[in-house]
Formats: sequence, structure tokens, C-alpha cells
Amino acid sequence: MTTRLERTVTYGILALFTVIALTPVIGILSTAFGSQSSLDTGFSLPKGGLHWSNFADAWSRGHFGTYLGNSVLVTAVVVAATTVLAVLAAYAFGVMRFPGSTVLFHLFVIGLTLPQEALVVPLYFDLRYAELTDSYWALILPQTAQSLAFGVFWMRTYFRGSARSVIEAARIDGANTWTTLWRVLVPMGRPAISTMVVITFMWTWNEFLMALVMVSDEAHRTVPLGLAFFQGQHSSDAALLAAASVLIALPVVVVYVALQRRFIEGMLGGAVKE
Amino acid sequence: MKPTAVTRAYRRRAPGEPRAIGYVYILPALIVYAAFLLYPFGQSVWLSFVHWDGLTVATPAGFDNYRALFSDASLRAPFLHALLLLVFYAALPVAIGLLLAALMSRVRIRGMTFFRTVLFLPQVLALIVVGVAWRSILAPDGLLNDALRAVGLGGLARPWLGDYTWALPAVGVVGTWVGTGLCMVLFLAGAQRIPRELYEAARMDGAGPLREFLTVTLPGLRPQIAVALTLTVVAGLRNFDLIYITTSGGPGNATSVPAYEVYHRAFETNQVGSAAAVGVALTVLIFVLTVTVSRLVEGRRA
Repeated sequence: MTTRLERTVTYGILALFTVIALTPVIGILSTAFGSQSSLDTGFSLPKGGLHWSNFADAWSRGHFGTYLGNSVLVTAVVVAATTVLAVLAAYAFGVMRFPGSTVLFHLFVIGLTLPQEALVVPLYFDLRYAELTDSYWALILPQTAQSLAFGVFWMRTYFRGSARSVIEAARIDGANTWTTLWRVLVPMGRPAISTMVVITFMWTWNEFLMALVMVSDEAHRTVPLGLAFFQGQHSSDAALLAAASVLIALPVVVVYVALQRRFIEGMLGGAVKE
Repeated sequence: MKPTAVTRAYRRRAPGEPRAIGYVYILPALIVYAAFLLYPFGQSVWLSFVHWDGLTVATPAGFDNYRALFSDASLRAPFLHALLLLVFYAALPVAIGLLLAALMSRVRIRGMTFFRTVLFLPQVLALIVVGVAWRSILAPDGLLNDALRAVGLGGLARPWLGDYTWALPAVGVVGTWVGTGLCMVLFLAGAQRIPRELYEAARMDGAGPLREFLTVTLPGLRPQIAVALTLTVVAGLRNFDLIYITTSGGPGNATSVPAYEVYHRAFETNQVGSAAAVGVALTVLIFVLTVTVSRLVEGRRA
């Protein structure tokens, strides 16, 4: 039996770590609503009401309208491409047998631990040679390739687990592999697919190094890149910097809070080997 | 053919039947993956054996770029920093997570969803945003120094990220903040799956809290520990964003890490071959450490 004291200590410690986890988040939020004239580079409390205008200023003065547009475009294409390609490949890996399938699958899984730093240098020179740097392609193609490692791994697990009998029944009804996939397995696999979509969305949205290397013009900057440059130029402008940070973090946080179970599962699942 | 025969034929073959059509399904993903991941990695390996400034003709370097990793202090330091940071990025989060799991394995927690959501939150924020938030905390007039002054320890206050001695641990603390929630969430989930009877049995045998932890909680959490270490070690070694936004490797090169060195050498000082060698060495290090983790923690299973 657990004692009352033990219970209190446990909740006390949980509360302490909750405070630690939230302090930087609340600090940024509070600074984002603060006055722009504050010279404090640390956190500040909003004085004289909430300054919603900081967001408008970050939007226009910091060009975050453009950056958000770029991020939305790049993320949408990467997520869509990853989903389609990963579902197709994982379907084959999950329910079909053919020579070399194990080797090919392992080739994809390697991508889960391969660091970007080992790819980004040649990628930059290749894409520059193809005159694709400073274009959306330079952001979309490498990130799709990197997301595929997780996507193929994650969806194969789903296809392996999806009921044999369902696939058999579809076959008996005369469905070929293509129809079985799109009419039966994909609709059934919506939970697994949406987990993958959410994880890929977050990774792509937050991606920094690839954007830093591939993009030098302002027109193609994504939000994390925009924030880094903004900090370089306006490091004393804590309120605008914080407002921009909130604009960047908000989409992911909203999705995360709404789908937290699926989110955590997916992020942890990516590392669990069979 | 009679329907039954058809049924039987399909049952024997599907799923997992041999189908050359599988290649067609894999091909689109494989093309993108090979062109933008496998092929560049191969190129990195090739580049690591040449001297190249990114403009003129590359010249063969043999193992020069790799030898420099050991002989050149400005290349050795980033790797040492990375290993030291793993204490903050991986060891501390796992240790704190275990401590809490040990405490909480005995209590049924209400509001678990709330705690889990909040504790995991640092994982989903862009590291660039995390860096901006922590710069404010660690700034000379930031929250940490304010707090120190408030409790009469103002003598300890300093510009944390600009201090030669303290910049690396300061960046490390940010990594601890990011990783701890992940470990806690993993271990809490794992701890709640350990059968309560095991604890009762241990207590019947007269086990104290420490023995209980060593004989029940720790073995019960083995798979979760392996996952947590793998995730935090890989994330810690790959980490570029945090360093870039908080210190840019400085002051001097006090917080430089391999990930930052790759960027710095390839795109700022035109030492492309050397940058590629750092990238490849980092890959090998990640690979060796993840294999070691699974050997050590999973024991027999590896």
C-alpha cells in the first residue's frame, strides 16, 4: 500500500517537472505580448495590456507572412509525397515476398540513424549544379527522402499487422493488389497513416539545417530559418523575436495537443527496432 | 477450377506471396531515397578522401582528412564536446527519468494525460525556438541570473553562453530540458506496465526501496531504457540547430560540435573534404554507440 506521504511527494515532483518544462514556454509567450521598447533581453511580463501588435509586426516587418507561406507549401508537398511513396513501398515490404526485399528494407531503415550532416554537403553541391538551390525543390526532395526512412518503417509495421484474412477476402472478391491497397488497407489504416503524417509534418516544419544550406535568398526561407536570421538582425528586439517564435511553434503545438497520444506513439515507435 | 480450389490456392499463397510486382510498388520511393539520401552519402564518403575547396579541382587526400580528426585539435575538440554533451543530452535525462519512474511505479497517477502532454512538449518545439527561449533564460539579464540574484547568489551570475567554462554545460542543460520529458514519458508508461505483484513479492521478501528498484523496476524498464538511450544519443550527436542558434560554436570553439563543424568547414571556410570526413566519422560514431547501447541494455537479446 502506498502512503499518503509517498503520494504527495510523487505529485510534488511531477508538478516540479511540469513547471520546469513550461517555464521557457510561458516565458516566450509572456515576452511575445510584452512591450517592444523593453531593453531586457531576458523574459518580460506584458505591461500595460497585451501587445497583440507584436504578431502583426513580426508578420510584416519580419516577413513571417512569406516564411509561413513557404513552410506551408514545403511541408504540404513533403508530407503528401512521403505518405504516398511510403504507403506504396511499405505495402510491398509488408505483404509481398520477393528476392532482395529484406536487404532493400534494411536500406530504408538505415536512414533512421544516418545524420543529415553526412548528406548535406554533397546534396548542396549536387543541387547547385542542377541549379535547384534557392528553389522549393532543394527543400522538398532531400526532406522527402529523409522522411521515407521513418514512413516505410512505420507503415510496414502496419501492413504486417493488418489482418491476413482481410487481404485474402479481398483477393477472393477479385481485387488485385492495387485495389486491395487503396480500397481496403488504406481506409483501415487511417490511424497509422495519420500518425505518420503528423510526425512528418513536425519534422519538416521544424527542419533547419537543410533550409540554412539550400536557401540563401529571402523569398524561399522557411520559418525556422526566418527566425534565425531575424535573431541575427534584431537580437535586442525580444518582444518581436518571441512573437515570431510563437507563430512558428503554434501550428505544431496545436496538432500535438489535439493528437498527443498518436504523436508520442509515433515518435517513440520510430526508434523501436523489431 | 472449382471455387474451393481457388480459395485454397489463394489461402496458401496470400499474403506474403511471391510477387515480382512488389518491385514496382517500391520503385518510386527507392528512386527518391536513393537519389537524395543513399547517393549523397556515398558522395560524402568519396569527398572525405579528397582535398577540395568547393571550386577548383579536387585532389586526392588519402586518409589525411581522417588522420586530422585525431591530430588536429580544432577537430578533436568538437568530438570531445559531443561526447561530454551526451552526459547532458542522454545520461541525465535517462537518470532523472528513472528516478521518477521509480517513485511513480508505486503510485497510480491521476491526470497522467496532462502530465504526459506537458512533459513531452519540449520534444515537439522547433529547436530553433527552444534556442531562442533559452537564450533569454541564460542571458546576462535573463531569468537564471535574476533568480540567482534574488536568492543572494548574485556572485554566481554570469553571461552563461559567453563564458568559456560554462557555455558547454549551459548548452547541455538545454539538451537535458529537451530530453528529460521524453525519457519520463517512456519510463512512466513502462513502469505502469510492471505487474504490481512483483512489487508485493519484493516487499514480502523484505526488500527496501533501493532493492525494489534494482530487482523490479530496473529490469522491467530495460526495453524502454534502450529506446530512450538510442533516441537521446542519436538526437544529441545530430544536434546542430541548438548550437547554431545559442552559441554558433563559441566562445572561441568552446561549444563546437561535429554537426556544427561540418557546416562551418563546408560552407564557411571551404574545407569540403574535411567537412565530409567529419560527417562520415559522426555517422560511424552514431552507429557504434547505438549498437553498443542495444548490446549493453538489451543484453541477451542483441
